[in-house]
Amino acid sequence: MKVTSFHFMPYRELPDDADQRYPSMWVDAPWWELGDAEKVGDFYNQSIDELMLAAKLGFDGLGTNEHHQNAYGFMCNPNLFGAILARLTRDLGYDDVAIVQLGATIAATPPIRIAEEYAILDCISGGRLVAGLPLGLGSDADVSYSVTPIEQRERWREGIDFLIKAWTAKEFFAWNGKHYQYRKVNLWPRPIQDPHPPLIIPGAASSSTWDYCHARDIPYAYLSYFGGKSSQAVMNRFWDRAEENGHDRNPYRGAFLQLVGVADTDEQAEEQFAEHVEYFYKKLLHCPPQYLAPPGYSDYKSLLNVLKQGFLEFADLSVDLKPLSAKEMIEREFVVVGSPATVRERLADMAKRLNIGHLMVLLQFGSMPHEMAMENIELFGREVLPHLQGVWDDEGWEHKWWPKKLGTTPVRDVPAGV
Amino acid sequence: MATTTVETVPVQHCGFEGKVTVGGDGPPVVYFHTAGGPRWDGFLDGLAEGHTVYAPDHPGLGATAREAIYGVGDLWDLVLIYDELLDELGLGDVPLIGSSFGGMVACELAALRRARVPKLVLLDPIGLWRDDAPIADYMMMSPPDLMTTLFADMDAPQVQEFLVMPEDPDALATAIADSVWALGTTGKFVWPIPDKGLKKRIHRVAAETLIIWGEHDRLVSPVYAEDFASHIPGARVEIIAGAGHVPQWEQPEVVKPLVLDFLGA
Repeated sequence: MKVTSFHFMPYRELPDDADQRYPSMWVDAPWWELGDAEKVGDFYNQSIDELMLAAKLGFDGLGTNEHHQNAYGFMCNPNLFGAILARLTRDLGYDDVAIVQLGATIAATPPIRIAEEYAILDCISGGRLVAGLPLGLGSDADVSYSVTPIEQRERWREGIDFLIKAWTAKEFFAWNGKHYQYRKVNLWPRPIQDPHPPLIIPGAASSSTWDYCHARDIPYAYLSYFGGKSSQAVMNRFWDRAEENGHDRNPYRGAFLQLVGVADTDEQAEEQFAEHVEYFYKKLLHCPPQYLAPPGYSDYKSLLNVLKQGFLEFADLSVDLKPLSAKEMIEREFVVVGSPATVRERLADMAKRLNIGHLMVLLQFGSMPHEMAMENIELFGREVLPHLQGVWDDEGWEHKWWPKKLGTTPVRDVPAGV
Repeated sequence: MATTTVETVPVQHCGFEGKVTVGGDGPPVVYFHTAGGPRWDGFLDGLAEGHTVYAPDHPGLGATAREAIYGVGDLWDLVLIYDELLDELGLGDVPLIGSSFGGMVACELAALRRARVPKLVLLDPIGLWRDDAPIADYMMMSPPDLMTTLFADMDAPQVQEFLVMPEDPDALATAIADSVWALGTTGKFVWPIPDKGLKKRIHRVAAETLIIWGEHDRLVSPVYAEDFASHIPGARVEIIAGAGHVPQWEQPEVVKPLVLDFLGA
């Protein structure tokens, strides 16, 4: 299994009553009351350190993403961070780690810019880019960047088509699309990976997105924050749709995101991470559903699918998280928190049940002090990671959606106390 | 209730297949519905007593194909679709009535085709913008917040009647999907700020115009009534007490005679 250390760069020091004071932490959280640019500078740098520690410990990939105008996470352009990581991993000899952009929001950016930036990342990293192309949240593309919600998916589809042509065409071309027009395309630079870097489509359980992935033979990353248990029904349907499209159950077609906290014992882990779990779910995810998906964002088919199936018990945020304690969220398996043995077992079991070949782990929940995040990454990297990377090895599936030069798992011999 | 039929009216522009609910008897009048979706309500029933009411569904809504919205590029397309649709219906000069989003559509069409529209009734239209009285961000509200923004009196029986949802789970899911889709499809022409150039075109409106506004409209402040009136020569403004954004629902006994008198005069 490919294990990526995923980071969304949360604001670490929101006041205790932040979620009562403001209607959401997305768009509505006033910078002038909550933000501190000096601290944010530290947080950005700490986030890079946290990702680089993961590289040092032999994670398969480093993941960054894009969000706007919120306190939840604000790597407003993931490619700024991808560029730093591409260079640092190369300098420090970790050039067996993939740069996993999860990624740039096509509808919110001129697609030619994303084509260029992803090509640059592939060049700087020496061919280690995994090009994530999410549809993006409504609060980012529509609310913050004024994309018309009902056009977001069309822009995303057209943008991906453009990207691939811009990366691969060996002639000048004009692009006269529905949403984008380019008079003369001749992209500089182009990616190292031939014909182009592997794609992955992060999504939030939209059946239209699964169908897109299956039609194009691209892996899908289910970015749920509600754990393997509540995601079972979603991933089952994803795999049913794969079969209907004539695809095998190659686990590398699927990825899942998971918050993980590791400490020496289960009790210690629960005690240590409880307040940070609550900070994440109650403050950072303080966001009404219509911000994530404004009217028009979901196409009619997906809308009916979600409303009629009722299979998203948690992912539609219809459940009020506020009354739930950290303990209850751990019991419901939103988060995986425990000793290395517990976490190993839970994650390996989850990977098998969801049939996923990529795990994106989130080891910094938000309010964790930098030192605690570093300890969490280190414990995970030493005690859990090596047990997960081989989970699928005995089944012999081909992984054709990963940078070719990174065929094997990173091998590390890192002395203790890094 | 008036007997209504749904007419299929294909137009060439954007290959759109229009669907128009038609009811009543008498001189024609066209009604453009709100961003909440089409609904044959008591107000249209009242109009139908002395008029033939033509109520087209906006693209993607009502009886039209849900995907039809993707073929309609922008507001310019929408206005041309309706111009062609009136041609296809054989309506030459015809009074237009529009509520909220529909008011903006009616106003745009009246500005484009000055000779076609002799009379215009605008019910709390959107389409202009003032920084000192921004239009509520109605697409981004929770359903309960949207309802309290729409209506002056949530306890009024006609408002309560509007809020009744189907009990059957499948019908309920469809009703919710349709109401979200109504905001999303009409939102294509107004996102993120419903100021798409009407201010540059509104001076062209030559129709005799009645502007009706709910005194307690929290979605579009009644201060906009004078803005619309100031651009349309001779426009008359009526502010309706005890009404919010949809005065024809909250005060039908006041609004209906106003509109009928205006159309009949």
